[in-house]
Amino acid sequence: MAMKLPRKDVVVIGLGWAGAIIANELTDEGLDVVAVERGPWRDTARDFNIATAADELRYNQRQELMVRPAQSAITVRNNISQTALPMRNWGSFHPGNGTGGAGNHWAGITFRFGPDDFRLKSYLTEKYGAAAMPEELTLQDWGTDWAEMEPYYASFDRLAGISGKAGNLNGVIQEGGNPFEGPRSEEYPTKPMKQPYGPTLFAEAARKLGYKPFPVPSALLSEAYTNPLGVTMGPCTFCGFCTNYGCANYSKASAITTVLPALVRKSNFTAVTNSEVLRVTLDRSGTRATGVVYVDSSGQEWEQPADLVVVSAFTFENVRLMLLSGVGKPYDPVSNTGTTGRNYCYQTANGVQLFFDDKNFNSFIGGGAVGMGIDEFNNDNFDHSGLGFFGGGSIRVTPIGAAPIASRPTPPGTPRWGSKWKSETQKAYLSTMSIGCEASSYATRGNHLSLDPTYTDRLGRPLLRVTFDFPENDLKMAQYCTSRVGEIARAMGPRQVVERPMKGHWNTVPYQSSHVVGGFVMGTNPTTSSVNKYLQTWDVPNLFVVGASAFPQNPGYNPTGTAAALAFKAADAIRNLYLKAPGALVPA
Amino acid sequence: MLTSSPPGVSRRRFLTSTAMAALLAASGKAFGDVIRGTQPFSPFDYAPPETLPGGRWYFFSPDEARTVEAMVERLIPADDLSMSGKDAGCAEFIDRQLAGSYGSSERLYMQGPFQKGTPEQGDQSEFVPRERYRRGLAALDAWCRANHSKAFAELPGETRDEILSGLEAGKIELPGFDGKLLFETVLGNTMEGFFADPIYGGNKDMVSWKMLGFPGARYDYRDYVERHNEKLDLPPLSIAGRPEWKTKG
Repeated sequence: MAMKLPRKDVVVIGLGWAGAIIANELTDEGLDVVAVERGPWRDTARDFNIATAADELRYNQRQELMVRPAQSAITVRNNISQTALPMRNWGSFHPGNGTGGAGNHWAGITFRFGPDDFRLKSYLTEKYGAAAMPEELTLQDWGTDWAEMEPYYASFDRLAGISGKAGNLNGVIQEGGNPFEGPRSEEYPTKPMKQPYGPTLFAEAARKLGYKPFPVPSALLSEAYTNPLGVTMGPCTFCGFCTNYGCANYSKASAITTVLPALVRKSNFTAVTNSEVLRVTLDRSGTRATGVVYVDSSGQEWEQPADLVVVSAFTFENVRLMLLSGVGKPYDPVSNTGTTGRNYCYQTANGVQLFFDDKNFNSFIGGGAVGMGIDEFNNDNFDHSGLGFFGGGSIRVTPIGAAPIASRPTPPGTPRWGSKWKSETQKAYLSTMSIGCEASSYATRGNHLSLDPTYTDRLGRPLLRVTFDFPENDLKMAQYCTSRVGEIARAMGPRQVVERPMKGHWNTVPYQSSHVVGGFVMGTNPTTSSVNKYLQTWDVPNLFVVGASAFPQNPGYNPTGTAAALAFKAADAIRNLYLKAPGALVPA
Repeated sequence: MLTSSPPGVSRRRFLTSTAMAALLAASGKAFGDVIRGTQPFSPFDYAPPETLPGGRWYFFSPDEARTVEAMVERLIPADDLSMSGKDAGCAEFIDRQLAGSYGSSERLYMQGPFQKGTPEQGDQSEFVPRERYRRGLAALDAWCRANHSKAFAELPGETRDEILSGLEAGKIELPGFDGKLLFETVLGNTMEGFFADPIYGGNKDMVSWKMLGFPGARYDYRDYVERHNEKLDLPPLSIAGRPEWKTKG
C-alpha cells in the first residue's frame, strides 16, 4: 500500500539532462518541485575521483555507470514474427542511471539538427515528390521548426558551455565552421577544442577534396567556463577515459556539472533518489494526471500527488511508463493504429579503419567529442535524386581514447589469440585510426516499442520490448555514405583501408550507439503522435513527456543537444503558456 | 515554498521497511534518499574499485587454476613482445573476477525463461560466469582425458593450441557443456586480465601497456595533444601508481 505524501506543484521523473533543465526552469518560476530518480545521487567530487576514474575494466567492461539490467532491462527482436528475448547485459546501447543519467557517460558531441529535419516528410515530398518516398518509411514532421527551436538550442549551448566554431551566424556562412548548419543567433560559448593528429590529418585530406571540415561541437570544454547558473567547469585534459566514464575534471557537461549544483540549493527543490516511478496516476476520466507512485529501494511505495507531471527519463523508460500508465493507445504495427511506441528509431553506425605503417596517432589522447568532421553527406546536404534512399551521416574522426581492453584494432584476418595476434596488435595500436559515419535512422511501420508479454522486472512489471531492424533505405544509405568515407580514407595514404558500412540485421550484441529515439513522438496529429510541439501529451494536458522519445525519426546527428533543447522548449511553454491557462496548448 | 519532509521520514533517508532484500542487490544502494539544500558529500574512498589481495585462489580449485593457467599461457604466449598470459597473472585476474560481482552476474538480467535466440539476440545462457568455468573446465578435462588420456594442463603446448582452436571453431563437442561458450568466456576474460589495470591481478608490471605504448591511468595530455606523429614514450601508470614510487625500506 502506497503511503501518501504531501502534494507538490510539480513532480519530475528522472534527473538527467531533460529533468534537471525542466526542474531548474520551473523552480525559477517559484513552483515547488520534487524530482524522483531511480538511481543514486551522483556528483563529481564523490563519484568520479581522479585517482580511480581511469579504470577501463570497471567503467567500460563492467558498465558501472549504466543502469543495471537486474533493475531495468529490455527485450529485443528484429521483427514481430520472432519471440523477443532479454538483453541480459547492455550491448548495442548504454542507458544510464542516477542523477546526470546517460549524460554522465556520454561522448559529448553536441550537434543541432538541421532546419529541414523538423519538417522532414514535407521537405522531402516537396523536393523529390511523393512518388520518390520509399514505401517502407513512415517519416513525419515534428510540428515545430527551426525558428522555434533555435533559441532553445542557444539556451542549451550556454548552459553546457559547448566548444565549437559557428558555421552560420544569422545567415552568414563562417570560415572554419560547419556551413550546413542552421543559422545560429550566437557563436559557441567556448572556443573549439585542440585537435590530435588523426582529426588533423583527416581535415587536411577532406579540405583537399573540396569538403569543409569543422571542429566537432563538444560538451567537453576547451577552457574554463562559468554558465548562466553560476556553475563553473574546467578545461578538458584529453585523458581518453571519456565515453562510458564519468569526468573527474568537471570538463564534460552533464546535469551534474552544469545544473544540479545550483538546483539543489533552491529551497523549492527536492530530489528523491534510489526511487523508481511505477506509474503516472490518472483521475477517473483518464484526462488528468494526479501524480506518480514510486517505490524506494526498501520496497516501500509512495504516492506523490502533483498538479503537473513531467516525465523526462531515458527514451525506453519514458515509453514504458506511458504504456504502464495507460497514456495514449499502444501502437499496433499490424493495424497501424495507436501512438505509444510508434516510430522507434535508432542510429546507423558506420566506420572506416585506416592502417598506416609510418604514422603515430597516440590514440590514447582524446575524448568523446574531440575531433573534426564534415557534413557534405549528411541528411539532404547532397542530392538524393535517383539514389534510391534518403538520409545520410555525420562523418568525423573523434579519437575517444584507446584503453586497450576494448581498443585493439587489427586488420581483418588477424587471429584472435597467439603470437601472431600479439604482434599484429602491437604493430597496429598506435598507427591505426578510424573515421566514423554516424548516420540517420528513419522510421518504418514495423519498428516499434511495446510491453513484453513474458519477461518482467524485479517488481513484476513487464519489460519494454524493442522490435527493430535496419530499413532497406538505411542500409543503402550506409553503403553509399561509407563509400564516400572510403574515398577520403584512401586520399590519406594508409597501407590498408577497411570499410565497415552497417549491414544485415540489427545485432544487439556489439555496441553501436545509445541514440534510441521515438516511441512517444511529437507532431501535429493526435492519431500519429503522442505529444504536441510543447511536449504536452494530447490526452492528458497536465502531463509532459520530454526527451529523445519525442523524435519522429533520427537524423545523422547525435541527439542530446536536441533532447535538451526540447526540455527548454517544454519548460518555456509551461512557464509562459500553461501556467497562465492550464489546459491543452494545441487543440487536438 | 518550502514544505516539510514526508511524514515518518528522516531528512536524509526513508525509514527501512521489511521487503528490502531483493531490491538492494539490484539498485546497489539502500533506501530512497531525500536530498535538499546541499549535495551529499563523503570524502576519499566513497566508491573504491572492487579488488582483492593476491597470494591465494578465491574461486578456482587447484586443478581448475592449473587448467586456466594452461589455457591463458597459450592464448597469450611468451615471446619477444611480452611474458605469457600466465606469468602476467591472467588466471589470478579471472579467479578474483569470478569471486566478485562479475562471477555471479548479479548486475545482469538473469530471469527466465531461458531459451536460445537468434545470433542477433546475444548471450542467452542461463549459466553465470562461475558456472561457466566450473562446468566448462570439468567438461574440458573430461574430453581431454577421453581423447588424449591426459588432463588439459598436462598436454604439450601444440596440442593445447589445437584443442583451443577446435573449441573456438565449434568443432570440439565437450561432454555436457558448450565448448564455444567456454572458449569465448575464457578468451574475453584473459584479454581483460592482460590489458586491465594491474590492481585487478593481471597485467603484471603493466606488461601489456609497455608493449603497446599505452600510458595507463594518466589524466592530463594537454601538453601532448598537439604533438602530432611523435613517439612520446610516456612510462605507464597504474591506479596504484608505479613501482618506482614505492618507498624503499
